[in-house]
Amino acid sequence: MYLQIKNIRIVDPSQNKDVVGDILIEDGKIVSKFSNSEKIDIVDGRGKIAVPGLIDVHAHLREPGQEGKETIYTGTRSAAKGGITTILCMPNTKPPIDNAPTVEFIIFKAQKEGIVNVFPIGCATKGSLGVELSEIGVLKKAGIVAVSDDGLPVMNSQIMRRTLEYTKMFKLPVISHSEDKELSKNGAMNEGKNSMILGLRGIPRQAEEVMISRDIMLAELTSGYLHIAHVSTEGSVNLVRQAKKKGIKVTAETCPHYFSLTDDIVKVYDANTKINPPLREKRDVAAIKKGLADGTIDCIATDHAPHTQEEKNREFDLAPFGIIGFETMLSLVLSELVDKEVLSLSEAIAKMSLNPAKIFNLENRGSLKEDSIADITIIDPKYFYEFTKESTVSKSKNSPFIGRKFKGGAVMTIVSGNIVWQK
Amino acid sequence: MSLNCKDLLGLEHLDKKELQTILDSVKPFKDLFTRSVKKAPTLIGKTVVTLFYEPSTRTRNSFEIAAKRLSADVVNVTVGTSSVVKGESLIDTGKTLEAMKADYIIIRHSLAGAPDILARNLNASIINAGDGFHEHPTQGLLDLYTMYEKKKKFEGLKVLLVGDILHSRVAKSNIWALTKMGAEVAVSGPPTLIPEDIKNLGVKVYYDLDEAVKNADVVNILRIQLERQQENLFPSVHEYVELYQLTKERLGLAKPGVLIMHPGPMNRGIEISSDVADSKNAVINEQVTNGIAVRMAVLYLLKKRKNVSSN
Repeated sequence: MYLQIKNIRIVDPSQNKDVVGDILIEDGKIVSKFSNSEKIDIVDGRGKIAVPGLIDVHAHLREPGQEGKETIYTGTRSAAKGGITTILCMPNTKPPIDNAPTVEFIIFKAQKEGIVNVFPIGCATKGSLGVELSEIGVLKKAGIVAVSDDGLPVMNSQIMRRTLEYTKMFKLPVISHSEDKELSKNGAMNEGKNSMILGLRGIPRQAEEVMISRDIMLAELTSGYLHIAHVSTEGSVNLVRQAKKKGIKVTAETCPHYFSLTDDIVKVYDANTKINPPLREKRDVAAIKKGLADGTIDCIATDHAPHTQEEKNREFDLAPFGIIGFETMLSLVLSELVDKEVLSLSEAIAKMSLNPAKIFNLENRGSLKEDSIADITIIDPKYFYEFTKESTVSKSKNSPFIGRKFKGGAVMTIVSGNIVWQK
Repeated sequence: MSLNCKDLLGLEHLDKKELQTILDSVKPFKDLFTRSVKKAPTLIGKTVVTLFYEPSTRTRNSFEIAAKRLSADVVNVTVGTSSVVKGESLIDTGKTLEAMKADYIIIRHSLAGAPDILARNLNASIINAGDGFHEHPTQGLLDLYTMYEKKKKFEGLKVLLVGDILHSRVAKSNIWALTKMGAEVAVSGPPTLIPEDIKNLGVKVYYDLDEAVKNADVVNILRIQLERQQENLFPSVHEYVELYQLTKERLGLAKPGVLIMHPGPMNRGIEISSDVADSKNAVINEQVTNGIAVRMAVLYLLKKRKNVSSN
């Protein structure tokens, strides 16, 4: 198995590299020269950009249990189409990922039917109920790379403290979906002028910020590995920035919708704009961009959350939270951050490859260095396309970006040296 | 005269000219009420469905009478609150009614945006009869018309809304309509029931009701839902009465000709004292009468929309 990508612009943040050259792949790994010169597959890379395969640290694959929304088969294809080579999947499946057999099932299914890498995240507490710690050591052995009670935030501070403490011995990050469930109770969108006009109950920014403050304090207390999921507000960015300045071990992610959209688009009660945390306002979008630019926010993740059309096309209050994101992340990063000069291409790519690999200890990934696993995303900066329902390969179509025209996106996705998707 | 829209979802979407068009259309319908035959043939052969997901007698009856006085065939559908969550979806219910060739669907729903969702998915005309905390446009219009009838103009008219602004679709529709017509709108209630952002709609906020009533030409009192107390939005009914009941004494602070309005049903002795409700300043029963005429006007104006389609 030899693959040579010729004359391509190589952007690799792990080596501070931005050159035009060739990438050589042998037996799924990146090499400096081939051990044999027979049967080399050639890919013409002219006009394209090769970057380390994108790693999405926050996604919901829905399998097992909610295969009507997404499966490992469809989800990994959707990811590949978006240039994503590695998915970290959240544990709120049915049953939840709080036991070794479920971890093993997902890993087995992903190997059998998936086309990109899948690393499960385990429940922090049994059933994500926030009462008892899950058997984190057993889960780690089975293959989880982090723990989280995503969507069902740990309201009990003592349990959160224990989670941050206990996971230290495994060096497992604790991903916090920071939300005070009392402050956000019954909320359907951001609290502000728009929620008032629409008559929808609001979720104040403080529902997120109160819990981020708590979690940062607990990280300071425990020296645990805290990773803040989907940062959506100006205040949250400031809290993480301050914590980092103080030297507290904390990392953070945001999602493309938080730097691309405001709650103005909720206006027509389209539940494809219903997300948790909710879309905020202009000043939050600006703060998120600033936080990305100054390094406060380490990662960009999708929070890919598929839901069926029936679930979404109904009363706003009754529709579930979440949107799909695999197929739009890269294009949104390119158009909203790189083209608008918020981040350089290399900085942007680092937040979707190098940084996730470091934070979640994914060895030999997130880099195009010699001996790295050959997970590579090929970008065509001049790829013009419209994101449509029909073109989406995710099983679900719940995206506020349907109908958006993009410039720049993935045209080829390589996982362990195999071309798993190309335009 | 006609409106340019198929649906009436909220007064936010109407401009001053359209609001004036509606106001100007009400009188002929109201005049009909004093005749021995209170009927016009305007909607003959049309089917009007009232689809109520929330209990209501006043609004539903008002719409039913309005539609019948326009000679429409009226069907009332009441859906239990439980079937909002389980059972047939809103869109499927709407599509079923459309398959029965309903021309107008008048919907009341406990969740904001339900009429918008129907309007997006159906060809029938959708009239919002109150959706969650969003809007209650025909109530807003009948309040507007009642003020117009009594006070003749909106320019400089000082209107005070009292009570639970946060959860009130009536307040929202009043604010949109009145501010567009040039009235000065103020609200009064405890801070827990008044969203901060209301100021962005050009509305004055008074936490002190005595202060607020002083300059008012119109006081529109909102019904207080007693379950708000369980959400700790106010400590007790006793204290609410103390601070926000419109009493004879408070009425004494207002201008002599002040209009007292209430969308009903009233909690006598809670947000309004009986003597105020029955005082000569109160126009609460006239609001009910006007409600029918206003709803007739709305049905009439929406009817003449372009591309009438009933497939």
